[in-house]
Amino acid sequence: MASLFNAQSMLDQPSYSFAQPTSHSEPRQHSFYPYTDNGGSTLGISGQDFAILAGDTRSTSGYNINTRYAPKLFKIGGDGPNNTGSKIVLSVVGFAADGRALKERLDTVVKMYKYQHGKDISVGACAQRLSHILYSKRFFPYYVTAILGGIDEEGKGALYSYDPVGSYEREQCRAAGAASSLIMPFLDNQVNLKNQYDASQPQGFGKEPLKPQPLSRPHVESLVNDAFTSAVERHIEVGDGLQMMIITKDGIEETYAPLKKD
Amino acid sequence: MDALVAQYSRPAHQEGFADEDQQQLTADIQPPLSLKFALPPIASSQQWLRAMTDDNSNPNCPIKIAHGTTTLAFRFKGGIIVATDSRATAGNWIASQTVKKVIEINSCLLGTMAGGAADCQYWLAYLGMQCRLHELRHKRRITVCAASKILANLVYSYKGMGLSMGTMCAGVTPSEGPALYYIDSDGTRLAGNLFCVGSGQTFAYGVLDAQYNYDLSDEDALELGRRSILAATHRDAFSGGFINLYHVKEDGWVKHGFTDTNGVFWDTKLNKGEFSNVTANLD
Repeated sequence: MASLFNAQSMLDQPSYSFAQPTSHSEPRQHSFYPYTDNGGSTLGISGQDFAILAGDTRSTSGYNINTRYAPKLFKIGGDGPNNTGSKIVLSVVGFAADGRALKERLDTVVKMYKYQHGKDISVGACAQRLSHILYSKRFFPYYVTAILGGIDEEGKGALYSYDPVGSYEREQCRAAGAASSLIMPFLDNQVNLKNQYDASQPQGFGKEPLKPQPLSRPHVESLVNDAFTSAVERHIEVGDGLQMMIITKDGIEETYAPLKKD
Repeated sequence: MDALVAQYSRPAHQEGFADEDQQQLTADIQPPLSLKFALPPIASSQQWLRAMTDDNSNPNCPIKIAHGTTTLAFRFKGGIIVATDSRATAGNWIASQTVKKVIEINSCLLGTMAGGAADCQYWLAYLGMQCRLHELRHKRRITVCAASKILANLVYSYKGMGLSMGTMCAGVTPSEGPALYYIDSDGTRLAGNLFCVGSGQTFAYGVLDAQYNYDLSDEDALELGRRSILAATHRDAFSGGFINLYHVKEDGWVKHGFTDTNGVFWDTKLNKGEFSNVTANLD
């Protein structure tokens, strides 16, 4: 019994992550590593009167798959623990624990806003608040890439993307996480029509670039599906399931579709 | 009078909000723009942050922070020209091609961002807040001199903590006329006629120094700003995207477009005969 509670033996064998090398002759190495990369990918596209956020549901650490259903999409605000009636969605990818903590904090802030002001927060205000929450951990960052989606005050789809310490920008589409480098070029091509020109117009200098048009909801849903099925083919940390949240003026529709599980 | 003020200054729905738990909850949530930052629970927090986020010294660092790149501003007889590119990179990955690196602090003051995108966005928003408060307290707009000093003192108080920003404050006030200041995260604050900041600064200086003249016309000055950024996007891999142009005049700033560098490049080459080292044909 005594050995179990012997503080000295605990100090002799530091087994937790705060352990520092004791020898002073070796170069000091940082062994405080509070992060794990849980892999996975998220993606958001905004349309004329809707915004879609999607994420795969695989959670990995290293080469191990921890679970095949760990959502990366969270409803923010609304009523009660199930966020009934909310119109803002946060997606987080990176370290799942930091992601959860971030979601929890933003959700509280948004709910407190409603109690204090008697109205729902606008996506613009929520987006700026999220940036400030991320920046409040500038010197001990959340290991996450966040995307926030909702409907703005004009009824248009709104999408905001973030870096880990809170720089943010409103965009038409954004992919984040492990397969972002696979998905983002596909989105540039299919949503923003980058480097594509009108073939019926004269070519050469000053040729007419294709103008991105607002996409229909079924079209965007099929783009999201294609993006994820393709990412699953080429990235080991993406797979298992595709969770999608479609935000319209009437609320949030949530869908789940299976992806390959190998 | 006081009774009237008291009656109307409290929102009606906050009545009966004195519940202690709720008050505690409100107090726990930090105000939107706060100067309280979470720190890791270790002694050497600065080295730790560097190991986690400095992709320059460690390309495999886990958290890659978005960086901004070529920005310039110069003073001339017609005011101040501010121009930037729009690329943000995280390591070798182009995180965005559409970053707004000119931050509109208020209708007469502009800030530019180079270095950590979040640092610049956050602290220039904070500066905007301080400038507005100064305006309300003193019933006149803040001078560019004072605004830049607020920022310089602020970043100096965080010296060594790992902030990374190189910013320029440009504005026109009745007492100073057009004024331009350079502030960086080391705490440097310089007044001057001409600055370029970021990884593409040398390329921009090359064009700007050669062509710069205080007596430039408005059109020529705008063109020079555009051409200098174009030179930087052409030779610096970390710069690119769109050219963001602003002209600060006596009665406030005017925006002169967010133009794709690709179109500007081919226009400069084919219509003005520059960039003759670039061949359009393979033969």
